[in-house]
Amino acid sequence: MSSLDVPVAAKRAASQTTPSKPRRSLSTRWISALTLATLLLVWWAVTAAEWIEPLFLPSPEAVLSKAWLLLTQGYMESTLWQHLGASLQRIGLALAAAIVTAIPIGIAIGHNRIARGILDPLIEFYRPIPPLAYLPLIVIWCGIGELSKVLLIYLAIFAPIAIATATGVRTVDPTKLRAAQSLGATRWQLIRHVILPSALPDILTGVRIGLGVGWSTLVAAELIAATSGLGFMVQSAAQFLVTDVVVLGILVIALIAFALEMGLRALQRKLVPWHGQSH
Amino acid sequence: MALLQLERISAQYPGAAEPVLADINLSLGPQQLLVALGPSGSGKTSLLNLIAGFVAPSSGRITLDGVPVQGPGAERGVVFQDDALLPWQDVLANVAFGLELAGVPRAKRESKAREMLALVDLADFASRRIWQLSGGQKQRVGLARALAADPRVLLMDEPFGALDAFTREQMQELLLQVWQRTAKPVFLITHDIEEAVFLATELVLLAPNPGQIVERLQLDFGQRYSAGEPARSIKSDPRFIETREHVLARVFSQRSAATRQESA
Repeated sequence: MSSLDVPVAAKRAASQTTPSKPRRSLSTRWISALTLATLLLVWWAVTAAEWIEPLFLPSPEAVLSKAWLLLTQGYMESTLWQHLGASLQRIGLALAAAIVTAIPIGIAIGHNRIARGILDPLIEFYRPIPPLAYLPLIVIWCGIGELSKVLLIYLAIFAPIAIATATGVRTVDPTKLRAAQSLGATRWQLIRHVILPSALPDILTGVRIGLGVGWSTLVAAELIAATSGLGFMVQSAAQFLVTDVVVLGILVIALIAFALEMGLRALQRKLVPWHGQSH
Repeated sequence: MALLQLERISAQYPGAAEPVLADINLSLGPQQLLVALGPSGSGKTSLLNLIAGFVAPSSGRITLDGVPVQGPGAERGVVFQDDALLPWQDVLANVAFGLELAGVPRAKRESKAREMLALVDLADFASRRIWQLSGGQKQRVGLARALAADPRVLLMDEPFGALDAFTREQMQELLLQVWQRTAKPVFLITHDIEEAVFLATELVLLAPNPGQIVERLQLDFGQRYSAGEPARSIKSDPRFIETREHVLARVFSQRSAATRQESA
């Protein structure tokens, strides 16, 4: 009897400790929320007290009312939605192209010795170059149209996804491969049913990193050569010292990046629920 | 009926001076449960990998029903020590995986998978996720998965090695029931002496440096269990204990010989 009591007591002890965990994570969130609220309050206070010229830092109300103006009337012949749409379309196209090409290439690098020999040095060569360093070359080759911007972002996203996929493929559990082989899997079935799902957590991490790099590259590219987009909006507003539009643009850029990251984390939880459950 | 034959098999890892296995002859036919027992380093796992086709022998011939074994294939099902199940599939899809690879339509493969789950007493677990199962349940799913593909022989690589003693005994009895019902030849490797003596119809004892068969025993304890005798009464039978002690003595005599060789 006593040997049976032990696990029950242990379980009871475990169930007593669990409520404290959510409470702790909640308080962390509260700290973050308080930090943001304090920052906003300081911003409002210094502008309301007129310690700083509106040219350098406009008040929160001014930025908000400008946001309303931009949403309804627009800036530089486009509304905020159109600028945002232009940016999102560029990164969306580049991301789609990168996913379609980088995942098969990553699988080839991880799976095949010859493909690794050919592609690995190429990717490792261009990956550390800041995208803005080769933007002039792309502009010479492809002009200043949409193509060169999408191409630049595509190149920035491609490398992290390809490298993460190759890593994921190389770390597939060999026992799972053997198990599938002994059930009669062909080479293609191994890739489709074992290698690809095994590498999915790494691929999604690659997409997260790639999107982060791609988004900053996009904004930077729009600062240099564009007639629409969030980066263009911030850049042209800065030239006319319209500081509230600059601040607004920066806030929107930050919000989009945050939303993309959160969305991908949610996707990761949904697509790979087994990740981190391996026992 | 299936007949697996190994003729004068040797195996050597590239770059290694000594072969892992030397001159192994074995045959595995219907109604047989062949157990290979040996300490680590005696080439048990290499032997199973050769039969499964994961590695090729350096010399000798392996045939299944007269056809030479070349690479892994569905006619030789394998149950692994670590479960090797696919966590992105639920239990039912894992069991049906071999049939899916063979292109069997969904309804048909799922009904077959349910049948196999019932065979290993996991009928209610079809929609569970893999990480919600205990170690013993995972091994049962692994067994059901191997059986669902309807292999001609079943190879088991220390299938119960990672389980606790209580679960291991249950699994041994379950294996005997499944073996009895499916009538498939089974090749099982283990380092657990009692398990080997209890399960085997033929027990081969392997010794290391290089891996070779030093003794073959014909046993009937598993058949007695299948005929209805309780496991506990078999394991407390003086004949069982005598056989176990005999095998134990052989394993220890090899080990002391090996240590003498090393110190010399």
